[in-house]
Amino acid sequence: MKYAGLLVMPAGFFLALAALVLFTDPARRGAFIVCGLAVVGMGLVVAVKGHMPARGATRP
Amino acid sequence: MNPPVPVAQVPAMSDAVFALTLALLLLAPLAIAGVALINTGLGRSRSAAQALLGNLAIVAVAAIVFTFIGASFAGTLGNSELVLHAAGKTWSVLGLGPFLLHGLGSAPPQAQLALLFEFLAVAMAAMLPWGSGADRWRLAGGCSVAAIMAGIVFPLAAHWIWGGGWLAHLGANFSLGAGFLDAGGAGAVHALGGLSALAVVWIAGPRRGKFPKEGLSTAMPGHSAVYVIFGCLVALVGWLAWNTAGAILWLHSPLSALPGTAINTLLSASAALATTFSVTRFRFGKPDASLCANGWLAGLVASSACAAIVTPAASLFIGGVAGLFTPLLVELFELALSVDDPSGAVTVHGAAGLWGLLAVGFFAPQEGQLLAQLIGIAAILGLALPLVYFLFLVLNRFVPFRVDPDGERIGMDLHELGGGAYPEFVIHRDESYR
Repeated sequence: MKYAGLLVMPAGFFLALAALVLFTDPARRGAFIVCGLAVVGMGLVVAVKGHMPARGATRP
Repeated sequence: MNPPVPVAQVPAMSDAVFALTLALLLLAPLAIAGVALINTGLGRSRSAAQALLGNLAIVAVAAIVFTFIGASFAGTLGNSELVLHAAGKTWSVLGLGPFLLHGLGSAPPQAQLALLFEFLAVAMAAMLPWGSGADRWRLAGGCSVAAIMAGIVFPLAAHWIWGGGWLAHLGANFSLGAGFLDAGGAGAVHALGGLSALAVVWIAGPRRGKFPKEGLSTAMPGHSAVYVIFGCLVALVGWLAWNTAGAILWLHSPLSALPGTAINTLLSASAALATTFSVTRFRFGKPDASLCANGWLAGLVASSACAAIVTPAASLFIGGVAGLFTPLLVELFELALSVDDPSGAVTVHGAAGLWGLLAVGFFAPQEGQLLAQLIGIAAILGLALPLVYFLFLVLNRFVPFRVDPDGERIGMDLHELGGGAYPEFVIHRDESYR
C-alpha cells in the first residue's frame, strides 16, 4: 500500500504536465492541473496511511 | 515590489552588485548554522555531539559530491544541457556542465555567484533530513543520503528552477507568468529537504519507545531550548542575506527592492512566531518554546519563495498562515500519523516551503503565475518524494540507516563517537526503555 501511493504520485505530476500540452484555454488547463495535484495528494495520503504502524503492532 | 524579470532579459551585473551579492552569500551560511543549532537542541543530550558533527559532515559531503557530479547536472557553468522536444516546445531536463567545475575562473561573474548560491543550497537541503532522523540515524547513513541529494536530486531541481530548465521556462513556453519562481529556495531547498526528511523517517522508523503499544506517543522533548532559540536568531541573519542574494541572482531585483525583500523576510518570520505563540498559548495554556521556534523557522522558509515578490502586508499574511499550521501539523504528524520527526523538518521545511511557493502564485502580479507554481509544486511533491524514497530505500540496503538498539539506548554520542557532548553531566536513565 505504501509503495502504491508513492507510485501514484508521479502519475498526478504527469497529468499536470499533460495539461500544459493538451489545453491552451487557461480555465481548462487550470482545472486539469488541479486534478493532477489532487492525484498527487491522494497518492500522498495512501503512502502516509501505508506507513502508519498498525495499532497494537510490535513497534521498535 | 518589482515584478520578476523574464529569463531571456538577464541584465549584466555591475561590479557593485557583484560585490554586494558576494558579501550576502558569505553571510548566508549563518542560516545553515542556525538550522544545525536548532536541530541539535531539539534532539537528546546523549546524541548532541553526533548531531552537530553530522551536520558538519553532511555539509562537507554535499559540497564534495556537488563538485564532482551535481554541479555538472545543475548546469550553472556552461551552456550544455539535455533537451527534449515535445509538443513543439523545448524541455531542458538536465544540465551537462563541465566536470569538476572546470572553467570556473573564466565563467561570467553572475554564473560564479549562482554556483556559490547552489553550494549553500545543496548543503542546506542535504542537512534537513538529518534533524528528522536524530537519535537513531547513523553518521554513515546521513552522509550517504547527503551524497545522493547532492549528486542526483538537488541538481535536477536546481537545473529545472534556476538553471534555465523547463520549470523556469514555463513563462516563455506556455505564457504562465514569469515561469516557476523560487528565489530563495523554498522548493529546491526546503520542500525538497523536508520531503526527503519524511522519506528518511519512514524508512528509519521511530525512536525506540516513541510510540508505545498502548496510549499516546511518548514525549521526548529537545535537550536545549537555548540552542533552539539562539539558532532561530542566527538563522534570521542568514535568511536575510539568503533571500536578498536570491532576489538579485534569480529575479534580477534592482538595489532599491532589496530592503523590501529583507523586511518581508523579517515580517514573515515575525507573523509566524506571533501566530504559533498564540496557538500554543491557546491550546496548552502556555506558549511552547520549541513549537514557537518551529513557527519562526516556518515563517522564514515560507518567505524564501516570496519575500522578493510580495508586499509587506502579504508577507504578514503568508507568515501568519505558516505559523498557524505549523504547530497543528507537527501535532498531527506525531499523534495521528505516527511520524517521529524530532526537528519537525517535514512540517517546517516541507509544508512551509510548499506553502511559500503557492503563496507566490496567489500574490505575484503576473497572469498565469499560480498555474506555474502549481506545476512546480506537482513536480516537487509528485516526482521528488517518490524518487528520494526509492533511492533511500535502495541505499538503506547497503548502508543501514538505523543504529542497533544498544546504540540507541546508550546514545549516539557514545556509540558512534566514543564520547559525549557533555562529559561532566550525569546521563539519566531513560524511562521510555522500560
